[in-house]
Amino acid sequence: MNLTTNYLGLTLAHPLMPGASPMVDDLDTVRRLEDAGASAIVMHSLFAEQVEAEQLAAQRHIHDLGGFNAEAPGWFPDAGVFALGVDAYLEQIRKIREAVAVPVIASLNGASPGPWIDWARRFEEAGAHAVELNLYALSTDAAVDAGHVEAMQRTVVEAVTSSVKLPVAVKLSPFYSSLPSFLRAIEGAGAKGAVLFNRFYQPDIDPESLSLSRSLHLSDASELPLRLRWLAVASPTSPLSLACSGGVHEPLDVVKALMAGAHAVQSVSALLKRGPDHLRVLLEGLRAWMDAHEYARIDDLRGSMNHARCPDPSAYERANYVKLLQGWHPGEG
Amino acid sequence: MKRSRVITLDANEAVASVAHRASEVIAIYPITPASTMGEWCDEWSAKGHANLWGQVPRVVEMQSEAGAAGAAHGALQTGALTTTFTASQGLLLMLPDMLKIAGELTSFCMHVAARTLATHALSIFCDHSDVMTARTTGFAMLCSNSVQEAQDLAAVAHAATLRARVPFAHFFDGFRTSHEVSTIEALSDDDLRALFDADAIAAHRARALDPERPVLRGTAQNPDVFFQAREAANPFYDALPAIVRATMERFADLTGRRYDLFEYAGHAEAERVVVLMGSGAETVHETVDHLVAAGERVGVVKVRLFRPFDMRAMVAALPATVRRIAVLDRTKEPGAPCDPLHLDVLAAVDEAEAAGFAPWASRPRVVGGRYGLSSKEFTPAMVRAIFDELAREAPRNRFTVGIEDDVTHRSIAYDPTWEVEGAGVTRAVFFGLGSDGTVGSNKNTVKIVGEETDAHTQGYFVYDSRKSGAVTVSHLRFSPAPIRSAYKLRSAGFVACHQPVLLERMNVLDMAAPGATFLLNAPWSPETTWAMLPDEARSIIRERDVRCVVIDAQRIADEVGLGGHISTVMQACFFALSGVLPRTLALEKIRAAAKKSFSKRGEEIVRRNIAAIDRAVAGMRQIVVPEGDAPSRPRAPSVAREAPDFVQRVTAVMLEGLGDALPVSAFPVDGTWPVGTAQWERRSLAQSLPMWDDAVCIQCNKCSIVCPHAAIRTTLFDPAKVTEVPDAMPHAAWKGDDHPGARYVVQVAPDDCTGCGLCVAACPAKDKRNPRHKALDMVPAAERKAVERPRWDFVRALPPPDRKRVHLDVKGSQLFEPLFEFSGACSGCGETPYIQLVTQLFGDRAVVANATGCSSIFGANLPTTPYRANGDGRGPAWSNSLFEDNAEFGLGMRLGLDTHHGQAVAGVRALASTIGDTLAAALLAADTSTEEGIAAQRARVGALRAVLRANDTSAGRALDLVADHLVPRSLWIIGGDGWAYDIGYGGLDHVLASGANVNVLVLDTEVYSNTGGQQSKSTPLGAAARYASAGKETRKKDLGLLAMTYGHVYVASVALGAKDAHTVKAFVEAERWNGPSLIIAYSHCVAHGYDMAFGLEQQRLAVDAGVWPLYRFDPAKVSLGESPLHLDAPPPKIRAKDYMEREGRFRMVALSDPRRYEGFVRATERNAADRRSLYEQLAAVHVTAKKTGEPT
Repeated sequence: MNLTTNYLGLTLAHPLMPGASPMVDDLDTVRRLEDAGASAIVMHSLFAEQVEAEQLAAQRHIHDLGGFNAEAPGWFPDAGVFALGVDAYLEQIRKIREAVAVPVIASLNGASPGPWIDWARRFEEAGAHAVELNLYALSTDAAVDAGHVEAMQRTVVEAVTSSVKLPVAVKLSPFYSSLPSFLRAIEGAGAKGAVLFNRFYQPDIDPESLSLSRSLHLSDASELPLRLRWLAVASPTSPLSLACSGGVHEPLDVVKALMAGAHAVQSVSALLKRGPDHLRVLLEGLRAWMDAHEYARIDDLRGSMNHARCPDPSAYERANYVKLLQGWHPGEG
Repeated sequence: MKRSRVITLDANEAVASVAHRASEVIAIYPITPASTMGEWCDEWSAKGHANLWGQVPRVVEMQSEAGAAGAAHGALQTGALTTTFTASQGLLLMLPDMLKIAGELTSFCMHVAARTLATHALSIFCDHSDVMTARTTGFAMLCSNSVQEAQDLAAVAHAATLRARVPFAHFFDGFRTSHEVSTIEALSDDDLRALFDADAIAAHRARALDPERPVLRGTAQNPDVFFQAREAANPFYDALPAIVRATMERFADLTGRRYDLFEYAGHAEAERVVVLMGSGAETVHETVDHLVAAGERVGVVKVRLFRPFDMRAMVAALPATVRRIAVLDRTKEPGAPCDPLHLDVLAAVDEAEAAGFAPWASRPRVVGGRYGLSSKEFTPAMVRAIFDELAREAPRNRFTVGIEDDVTHRSIAYDPTWEVEGAGVTRAVFFGLGSDGTVGSNKNTVKIVGEETDAHTQGYFVYDSRKSGAVTVSHLRFSPAPIRSAYKLRSAGFVACHQPVLLERMNVLDMAAPGATFLLNAPWSPETTWAMLPDEARSIIRERDVRCVVIDAQRIADEVGLGGHISTVMQACFFALSGVLPRTLALEKIRAAAKKSFSKRGEEIVRRNIAAIDRAVAGMRQIVVPEGDAPSRPRAPSVAREAPDFVQRVTAVMLEGLGDALPVSAFPVDGTWPVGTAQWERRSLAQSLPMWDDAVCIQCNKCSIVCPHAAIRTTLFDPAKVTEVPDAMPHAAWKGDDHPGARYVVQVAPDDCTGCGLCVAACPAKDKRNPRHKALDMVPAAERKAVERPRWDFVRALPPPDRKRVHLDVKGSQLFEPLFEFSGACSGCGETPYIQLVTQLFGDRAVVANATGCSSIFGANLPTTPYRANGDGRGPAWSNSLFEDNAEFGLGMRLGLDTHHGQAVAGVRALASTIGDTLAAALLAADTSTEEGIAAQRARVGALRAVLRANDTSAGRALDLVADHLVPRSLWIIGGDGWAYDIGYGGLDHVLASGANVNVLVLDTEVYSNTGGQQSKSTPLGAAARYASAGKETRKKDLGLLAMTYGHVYVASVALGAKDAHTVKAFVEAERWNGPSLIIAYSHCVAHGYDMAFGLEQQRLAVDAGVWPLYRFDPAKVSLGESPLHLDAPPPKIRAKDYMEREGRFRMVALSDPRRYEGFVRATERNAADRRSLYEQLAAVHVTAKKTGEPT
């Protein structure tokens, strides 16, 4: 059975890999993921906003408060003891490269163009095989229209792709008016792949304390269909490598993602819940299912249920919603 | 081109560099101004920097200087090359070990940043009182006068001690030299290595204690032999001066820089000579050069090797023509015939006469003088006055210079306008705030000029005593010739004012030289700035033809994303305007420096700073000076006009920065100082102020209890006064049952609030329709100050609510007057609310022993005093003894108070028939456990006094003296964790064990906050601190648990931000417990590395994570058959990580080594769980009730 897949120009032993998460901060976990069969390691996202905030905080607390008063020349050790943000990440890339044989995909997260764009180049120098660019935009300003936001994101993608020779995958949110159009835009900006989709912290309201709380819940299988739909829509027309991210918990989820058109399938929540070894369960499950259903190659499976090839494409389209409602009509029962 | 191998640094760094490279073991303990030497060594070792012999020195922080000296002594006994650093009281704590180390002829070199010893007051500044107390130890003492010398003679001392076997104390002036930034020629490893004698090192090692060849050291000797054995060391002292001189010669061969035991400078046939040591010698040298050039026959002898005092070498340094000698001491030895150096020189002159090595024809007259105590300025004008005095027929002896002594008339007068500084020196002065980065950027400027040009440089930085809103003044000199001016600038060609508010607080243009440039950061246009300047500034600008430039640096810094930190903008302006370097080159260098300095912080920081530099140059505007004049704008007086006489005469002068001009007669003779003077100063620091919405307020008073500066008050007033309230001042009906009908008000003190925002953070009352709006919101201060001032005056004048009717809970406690207010503590301080609470609950009968540290500095650092008395004249009586002895000091107070109470009781009993049996019985049986009880007892004492006055007898007068003690005194022992966990722990343990009725309040910031964030044993596992660069590797000491083991100690662990009601309850219970009490209070601190506005939230998270326990261990419960320990917080609700990741001290470790950080997180959670488990078991233990009177 041939499970090899081509993702971002990288030939991988199979499509399954851990998605971006803090799991890879620990080298032992990285090794366990490789032992469980991960075809690549996606690192946690270096978050531009946070790194800059950390840098400003360090500037404030170490430098600016130096000379605070006669007795306290400051409160923290300095003189380069601390490597802030990027340096530590680069070091982690190097360590993971040394620790595993599979490709390493570094990840960065930014909202608007800035010096952080240059980090991708430094990822390349540190030995990363590819870059996953995590775009996010949460517009709360009515004066900023969707076109402006998408244009800025395209600029960001172009800035990153033009700064490196590495393939760049763009991790997206599901919230675009026309995802296929935006996929085309980022492809034009030099992206080699798209990861569908990002998941976000969601605020919640505490009515007692009149406050908001933020939490990131682990995904469950209910999140998969959204990914399946857009993978299926993008798969026939987009030349981008497509990765499914979110809601992949069981082997059958992997099968579905591939059928929808994914070149790679990422899992995070399931691995966080069940441990790195669950990746092996997914992989063996995929292999068993393909064996049972007599698929010899991943390529035979991939896209078999996409928008172009599925028996009823309308199920992926807007009519889908209407039909379901009609199907619920008591008269048809 | 520039001299080779030049570096720009201060003496502490220069000396530490030598000491680190020359040592194997370094024992350290923080003390100003020596702390940074240990910090450098810790950082270098943490980064793996090796010494000259390829090993990384082992750096260990001890619990005190006594501990550091003991550890050094031990390391030396095993043959390790060892060093330590200290100053002041720290040196005193080392004396016993120093005597041992010297007595055992041990090669050892320590470095002292000389600092004043505490006498009538503490002072962190420089004089030689500390090193002079060490002159009997048998240590060789070598003095450096400048940053270059400090580096060089540190090397000489380390090398010489190995050859001489006599230990060395190398010293230099604290702050003036230790903190002066200067460009010096660096000592390479090769130079340093070549200075050391390998055979001497081998011999040092051979003397080590070694079981392979055992010896015994440290015998007890008896009258038959001790004396002779002590004299056996003499040859080593006799040989030492020659060894030092030979080492200096070797040093000169290696580096070209030549030193001697005593160095003379001046006229070859000088008749008048000054002898002294330390930085002041450079000022004398500079003045002598000037006077000799003017034809005067004067000179100076600089003493380098003070011990052993080589009398021949000293006399040989004097010109044979000398007729008059003035010996200057920077110390005071009350009652002695002469101060120490004076005595030594007299002895040398006498010996020269007796032994026949005198070069002079007739014996010179030797007089002594005292100068520069506590860093008092020592200027050429003073030096000239000394030479003038020597020219008089009968020069005064034992004079002082630099002050006006109008009491004992010992001071000599001088002309303060006389100067010697040459025209070739560029002088620049910068006024800034401690928090705005002015000092840091000026250090950077000195570095750029020093390392990019041939100029000699000097940067000296002066701070006021406050922690919030501290004013800094940077004094910079650049000169083509070496700079010997060891004093502040008198005038400057460039004056910068980095904060417009400083124009109102001092005469910043006073130092402007004719034709000077004045750079002002202000949000004003070139056309409007003139009208905003105070009158005196306008006069100086016109009279001295000062060029004025204004820049809105705050706006630029905001716009480039530097969070309003203006230092880079202002630095760029300095280079663009000053001409120190060609403008283009200067800007290129400053950009390069920004890249170099900030690249470790990240590209974004570099980018923003470079943007700031570029924007700065374009943003400068010349101020338009109008033809006519703008309306007069006098500077506001520094204190309120209604302030009392002492405040007007003394405090106001100090606040103006003119304290140097106050004569001796202005001061109390014994350091006693009036309370309550902070209220008269209007600092107006806040950029934003809390605004109260009475409609939303729920009257919880949490805002008041958390305020670090007692600058928001919650109080009540009689509804009859409603007509007197200032216009539109809000007030509300009081919801409590204790003062029915009263009106309630929450009022900010607009000129005393620092704008920290903790009151708003603590406010739980949200507007239900718009929860972003609370009962307190921060609003721009500029809009509110004029509105709030009359309201504050109204509230301030209100009588306080009746203490007898107030409930002892959070709400009630904040109706009590705080008797600690408007301190100089940091904005958002986590310590001060606890002190405020003590004063509210018990302040009118409290006596406080306060350990040295933050709480003694913000508690009593002049010019102002925040402790105050109430309307009855009662309030906390406060004193600071030392750092290490505070618990013992407090116990002593308790013993004294108890004695007087006992005398009062005996007196009442003895005079019962006179007093009347009813009153006497009531006085002796009074229940004073409540406010009502205390008020009633005070009334009885008043009645007692009336009776005693009516029946005047000697016994009655004796009782009258102590009658106040019939009202119980509340004894508080207050200090930080550095004191309680480390240096004072032995004493604290003993005092707790004593069973005495003392209340110990530990303000636990988990770090030595006052000296700049060094780790203590309270520092939590994994926190980065100075002396723990990579994160502390051991867990926090459980001080509370240790105290619980006595069984009779009331112990509480509290966190005001997590559970204020628990805090108040614990304070009340602790005070009521008739035995020792220990309260360990979580105190957030700027040293934790986050915005203090989140301090309360972090306290809550620490408790929720189980990292900070809340409990009370109440021995009183034992008599009820209950377990004394009660846990007051539920088991952990959040992960420790959720608490740790929000603080810089932990984040820094996470960013540098994530794996190490994760390990710390896991261990922290495990430790918290283990401790919880242990406490739960202890809380469940059944304790056998003891019978009344049974020993504990």
